[in-house]
Parts: sequence; C-alpha cells; structure tokens
Amino acid sequence: MTQSDKPKWQELEIGCLVIDPGSTRYYKTGDWASMMPVTDPERCARCGLCWVFCPDQARFRDVRSGAYDVNKFYCKGCGICARECPTKAITMQEVTD
Amino acid sequence: MPRRVGMEVSLAVSEAVKTCDVDVISAYPITPQTHIVEQLSEMVAEGHLDAEFIMVESEQTAMAACCGAAAAGARTFTSTASQGLQLMSEIVFIASSLRLPIVMVLANRSLSGPLSIWGDHSDVMANRDCGWIMYFVENGQAAHDHVFISFRVAEDHKVLLPVMLNLDGFSLTHVIEPHELITREALGDFLPPYVPAVQLDPAKPVTMGPASTPGMFTEAKKAQEEALWGSRAVIDEVWKDFGKRFGRHYKAVETFQTEDAETIIVSMGGSSETAKTAVSKMRAEGQKVGLVSLRLFRPFPADDLRRVLSSAKVVAVCDRAISYGGPGGPLCSEIKSAFYGYPAVPYIANFVLGLAGRDVRVTDFEKIARRAEELAGREEPAPYEIIGLRE
Amino acid sequence: MIEIRFHGRGGQGAVTSAESLALAAIAKGKYAQAMPAFGAERRGAPVLAFIRIDDHPIEVRQEILEPDVVVVLDPSLLGGVPVAAGLKAGGVIVINTHKSPKEIKEKLDMHGSIRLAVVDATKIARELIGRPITNTTMIGALLKATGILQPEDLVEPLKERFGKIAARNIDAMNRAYKETKIIEGA
Repeated sequence: MTQSDKPKWQELEIGCLVIDPGSTRYYKTGDWASMMPVTDPERCARCGLCWVFCPDQARFRDVRSGAYDVNKFYCKGCGICARECPTKAITMQEVTD
Repeated sequence: MPRRVGMEVSLAVSEAVKTCDVDVISAYPITPQTHIVEQLSEMVAEGHLDAEFIMVESEQTAMAACCGAAAAGARTFTSTASQGLQLMSEIVFIASSLRLPIVMVLANRSLSGPLSIWGDHSDVMANRDCGWIMYFVENGQAAHDHVFISFRVAEDHKVLLPVMLNLDGFSLTHVIEPHELITREALGDFLPPYVPAVQLDPAKPVTMGPASTPGMFTEAKKAQEEALWGSRAVIDEVWKDFGKRFGRHYKAVETFQTEDAETIIVSMGGSSETAKTAVSKMRAEGQKVGLVSLRLFRPFPADDLRRVLSSAKVVAVCDRAISYGGPGGPLCSEIKSAFYGYPAVPYIANFVLGLAGRDVRVTDFEKIARRAEELAGREEPAPYEIIGLRE
Repeated sequence: MIEIRFHGRGGQGAVTSAESLALAAIAKGKYAQAMPAFGAERRGAPVLAFIRIDDHPIEVRQEILEPDVVVVLDPSLLGGVPVAAGLKAGGVIVINTHKSPKEIKEKLDMHGSIRLAVVDATKIARELIGRPITNTTMIGALLKATGILQPEDLVEPLKERFGKIAARNIDAMNRAYKETKIIEGA
C-alpha cells in the first residue's frame, strides 16, 4: 500500500474497528515461500494429516480426486506438510521465478 | 585513546550502565527497549556486571523492585517504554516523592490504541507530572554519555531524585552508529559511589512512603517541587564537569544558527538531527532559520528558552505527541506558557509530526518553517497542524 | 554521503548486511548509520534495511527515500516490491539473479538506461555456505559495484558476527566480488 492508497482519517471506522471478519484472507503470503509443496496424487492416501498440520490453513481437498493440494495464495513454504505426510507424497520444491 | 566503535545505540546504553557499576536492575522487556535489558541480563549472567537482575512479571513490579532497591542503598537502573511506563505509572510518581535516585532509560514509544510499537513522545508526555528529572537525547553518543550524567545528578545529595533519560524508540534504540565509549578508567571519579542519605536498615529503622493528611500533603508536595527546581544548579554543574573531562558539552537548550534567526524550529529527540540538516539546507538558500533542540524537559528551562526564542519573529514548535482535547502539542503549550506575561513574544506555531514512528523528514521541517511564517502573517493564532495527515 | 537500501526477506540477513557494513565503515574512521525499516519482522516477509556512509558526521535520520544504491538479496521480490523506487539518476541496482539484464529490467518495470550489478549469489551461497542465504555474498557484489570499502574491511566485522562460520561467508563475499558483473546502460 502506498501512502496514497491508505485511508483518510475520516474514512476510518469508529474506534478503528476492523468490521470485515477474517480480513486476513485477503493478505497474500504465498510469495513469501522460497519452496512450495508438490503432491503426488497417486501416493496421497487422502488421510488429511497435511490439512490438519498446516499452520496457515493452506491445504485443501480436491473434491473430485479426493487428494490434498496446496493453496498457493497462502502457503509460506514452511514444509510441515511434507514432513508429516505418512506416505511421503509431498515434496518441497524450489519456487522458480 | 577513546574507544570509537560502531554499535547499536541500545547496546551503547547497556555498556554505560555496566561501566556505572549499577547494583540492581529490575526491568520487564517491551519493544523497543528490549535490546537494552537483554544485553544487561546477559552481562549479569556472564559475570561481566556484578549486579542483581531482579526478574519480574510486570513493569509495575519492576518499578516497585527499583524503589525497594534504591531505598536499601543500591545504585538502581531500569528501562521501559509506552504501555510499560503506563503500567508502572502509579509507582513512578511515588519514586520521586520518596526522593529515590533511580535512573530509567525510556525508549519513547507511542501509547496504544491503536496498538503501536513505533516511536513518539506520547509515553513521556502522559507522565510529564511525575516529578522526575527528564533529559532528551538526539543521538547514540548523547545517550551513552547521559547514563553517567543521570546517575551523577540523581545521586547528588542536593538532588536525590529519579531521572528519566528519553531516547526515541527504534529511530535511536535500533540504529547502529559510531560511539566513543567511556571506559572505567576514563570515568575516574566523575561518578562517585552512591551514598544514600537515608537507607532501609534494620539497625536504624525508618518508615519510607507514609500516608498523608490534608494538613500535610501540600507541604510535602512543595518540598518535592523545590527539590526538582533546585536540581537545575546541579544539572548544569554536572554538564560543565562532563564537558571538561570528556570534551562533549551539553546544555539544557541546544541551539543551532539561532543568533540571527528570524524563524526558529524547536524539537526534541532524534528528529532534531534531521531538523539540523533542514536548517543547514535552508540557510544555504539564504533563509534565516535556526534550531532549538530541547535537552532538559524537567525541570523546564523556561528562562533559557525565552532568552533564545524572543529574538525570533516566528517559532515553530514540533511535538511528537498530542494532548487530546487540550492545548495540542504538549511541548508547545509549555513554551507558550513560558512566554505569558513577558514582552517580546514571537509568533508561536505548533506542529505535530512523527506520531508512532511516521518518518520525520528534512522536507517536513522545510514545510514547517514555511507554514509557520505564513501563519504568523495572520491576525489570529492558529490551532496545531498535523504534518502529513491524510484528509 | 552514500545512501544504500537493502531489500530482502525476513531471515535472509538484510539487516545483518547493513550492520556489518556500518561496523566496517566505522572501524575505518568513517561515519555510518544503519537501521532496519522498523517493525515486527517475520521470516519470509519482505524487509528493508538502510545504511548511510559518509566521511563526515551523519545527522539526518529519516528513511532513505532516494538511494544511490539498491541491493536486492532475493529476486522473488521483483514485481511485488518496488525495489527501485526513488533510485537516484545514475544509481546502481545490485541484484542477486541468474537472469539476463533485459529480463531484470522488464521485471523492474524500468525504462531508459539503468546501471546494474549482477551476480548469481544464490548459487555462490549454496556452494560455499551450504544455504541459499545471500546476505554476505551480496556484500561482495555491493563493494564491487560501489568501491565504498574493500572486502578486507569486512573481514573483522564478519568474524565477530559469524564466529565459526565466518570463513565461508568471507569466501562467498570474495567470490561475489570477483564474479559480479557491472552493466552500465542496461
């Protein structure tokens, strides 16, 4: 946000309230990652442990295949999912620009 | 040969505290003071500083512990910021009434809300009336030097008052710059050992911190006021001695290019150095501008300020805090009061800038000088203006 | 006075680079002022660090808005962070990259002639330090691009700061100093 994008004082909510619940969902942290998880859907046992362990709620279940995958908008590349996956279906790969 | 080293200002402060050979430190970590107390706790743990570091669960207890320590005769140090100062506030006022020579480094940080970890003067201004001696420094060297100066003044039997040494949070505490560190040898007898006037001693029982009645309280406070005003003589004497020994001369009211200035900017703390750059720039463009950087805030050097400022036509006072619903900038309101009833009053304009660490720039001071001159041309005084406000 | 701005991510050592340079400059009798863009820093989040170096005392304390030099430790910042904002005319961008100057210029969204100093610091860091942390490597690139200090001036500060792993970092700095290519008028 540049200085000019920020709100004027008159535009702030009373008491600086943040009235949009869950406003963090708009905050893109995916570009923080230097490595991102890549899932092999064949090895994925659909156990959901990666989803349970992810500290950023950046895993989701693909409704068609049932396998789990990463939401790149949020994933910060911490690698916990790859570490916890019992079938070693997830590998951390460098983000190439 | 003085040791000239690059180091973070916080660490230069801790070095000074170590060289002062304090006896007791009690503090609770709070951004942006953390590097000071972390370094001190490490120094104590590793045996580089022979002191008791009393770990506490809050700032209120820290100040209580400091009062107890100083009362028992220990050279006592603490540090805090913002919400920490507010949490210990009730005891801060008590410390000065008990005439305990505690030294506190206050890493000036904005008071919540909204929550802010960045620097401004709202914490110290909210506690202006606490009865402590208050210094402001504008760079790391002055911060390092004033730790020694603070203990020397605080513990002088003609003073015996706690001292608050203010330095800008982040923009001073977390900056790396060169310092000439004062070693134990170089310090010599500038700071003699602390000899308390009265101390808690089971062999000679006294009561410290009594209650008072309507019949006594006024006189107790008058005595305290006199002590604070009386400290000025010692403050000046100690700066003089420091200057003789170490070659760095400090004053209550620091001036830069004010002798023939038509417009004088007044500021406190680290932003004074940026202001100095702005003044040099404006002078090079032919403008008769000067700067006052206020180093002593309590006791307030009204006479010195009047002497310097009355020759100017326009004075632009820069505050880094707002007294809400009141006189605007606290520093400005005190300067205006200082002039009440005197002839030769310059036009005094008030500006607020740098709240919660908003960058204070050379261009801001140039704008301030221009705007103050513009306002001076009007009939009526103007309310304070906030630099850079989005509206 | 030279004003340098570092761009990195939390945990990559941008602040340490600025600090090490400041200590080296001060040890040489110069004046220096180094500071991070203050705030709550988190691993991975974009961070800034500033340093001013001068032969005369430095008084100004504002953020560096018009740097003479910009150092980019992490090329993934390009496109997201306006790293070249305020760069003085004739200023140089020192960047960790394996891409061509043309691609970099596109990512920077810059026009006209720009000065670049490029080195694949990630590769050097991986090979000599064993991790893709490029802060000390990029010090070498910065020194090559500006000549404000010599690599040997950084040896003591880096030894102080890094202890046992100082030698690898010094090697990385020296190799970057050799390999950095200065491109005038990219």
